[in-house]
Amino acid sequence: MASHDAHAHHPKQQHHFYSMEQQLEASILGMWVFLVTEVMFFGGLFMAYIVYRHMYPLAWAESSHELNVYMGGGNTVVLICSSLTMALAVRAAQIGSRKGQIVNLILTILLGSTFLVVKYFEYKAKFEHGLVPGPHFDPHELLANGTLAPIHLPQGSEIFFSLYFIMTGIHALHMVVGIALMLIILAMAWKGKFGPDYYNPVEISGLYWHFVDIVWIFLFPLLYLLGAHFSL
Amino acid sequence: MSGHAPITPVRTLVTIFLTLLVFTAVTVFAAMRDFGALNTPVALLIAVTKASLVITFFMAVRYNTPLTKVVVVSGFLWLLILFGLGLNDYLTRAWIGVPGR
Repeated sequence: MASHDAHAHHPKQQHHFYSMEQQLEASILGMWVFLVTEVMFFGGLFMAYIVYRHMYPLAWAESSHELNVYMGGGNTVVLICSSLTMALAVRAAQIGSRKGQIVNLILTILLGSTFLVVKYFEYKAKFEHGLVPGPHFDPHELLANGTLAPIHLPQGSEIFFSLYFIMTGIHALHMVVGIALMLIILAMAWKGKFGPDYYNPVEISGLYWHFVDIVWIFLFPLLYLLGAHFSL
Repeated sequence: MSGHAPITPVRTLVTIFLTLLVFTAVTVFAAMRDFGALNTPVALLIAVTKASLVITFFMAVRYNTPLTKVVVVSGFLWLLILFGLGLNDYLTRAWIGVPGR
């Protein structure tokens, strides 16, 4: 290090990179390679969804009616809002606005938490309606007078709900990880670690957040909106 | 420093955000209509459009290097291979009367 001029490059530039730009490009590429593995991970679940939907089309159409379109649709809007605030947080880092980063990261965390709270109430209703696969699978429906009445779902409905819980559950797990990630980024932004020259952690965490949004963009129509005749 | 990547304007981000909200409303509306066998393809078309907007603008892949773009596209291409070869099996099983299939 003796021959090394301390001011020759940005303190955040690691020695194996030619420039800050190359370092950022490498970070983004690396994150995308990870996201491709995530695409394949969720892809396997979507493949299972396709196969079982092909085997039990009736079960899929009828079971989908048991999901709450208001909650699913509302959560779609919440996630799209959070993607906007995430993109604005990255932009705030790019233009060197500490306040912009903090405000938008807090909004992103709050919107992500809202998603999980709505998800909690959805899962709670599924448990109460006996729609959780396993020995206690016993479908009930909430009647207008507030009581639960047993309903008959076609063969294969338990598989639909298995996939519903696995896919939305793993998606929710990704949301929890995303919120934890954003709290770390928020702490770093608070300390003023990011600016126009260096914002790689905000950028790649943002890529992760948007990816989780994209998974939900596919889950919402494929799980909640099946069967053309549902009534709102 | 002159080598900075372009920064997406707020106007673009808000436009994409509003477009995504409109498409969400469209997908709910479309699901209430009966297009026969076309309901799922319509829903998927809308979802793919939304995902493309998020990837291109929110994830700013349009500003990324060609190498990153190739990785992004190839990822989804491999997903299509998974679906294509998977369906090649399951959709064709009933075509020939193999006993015990």
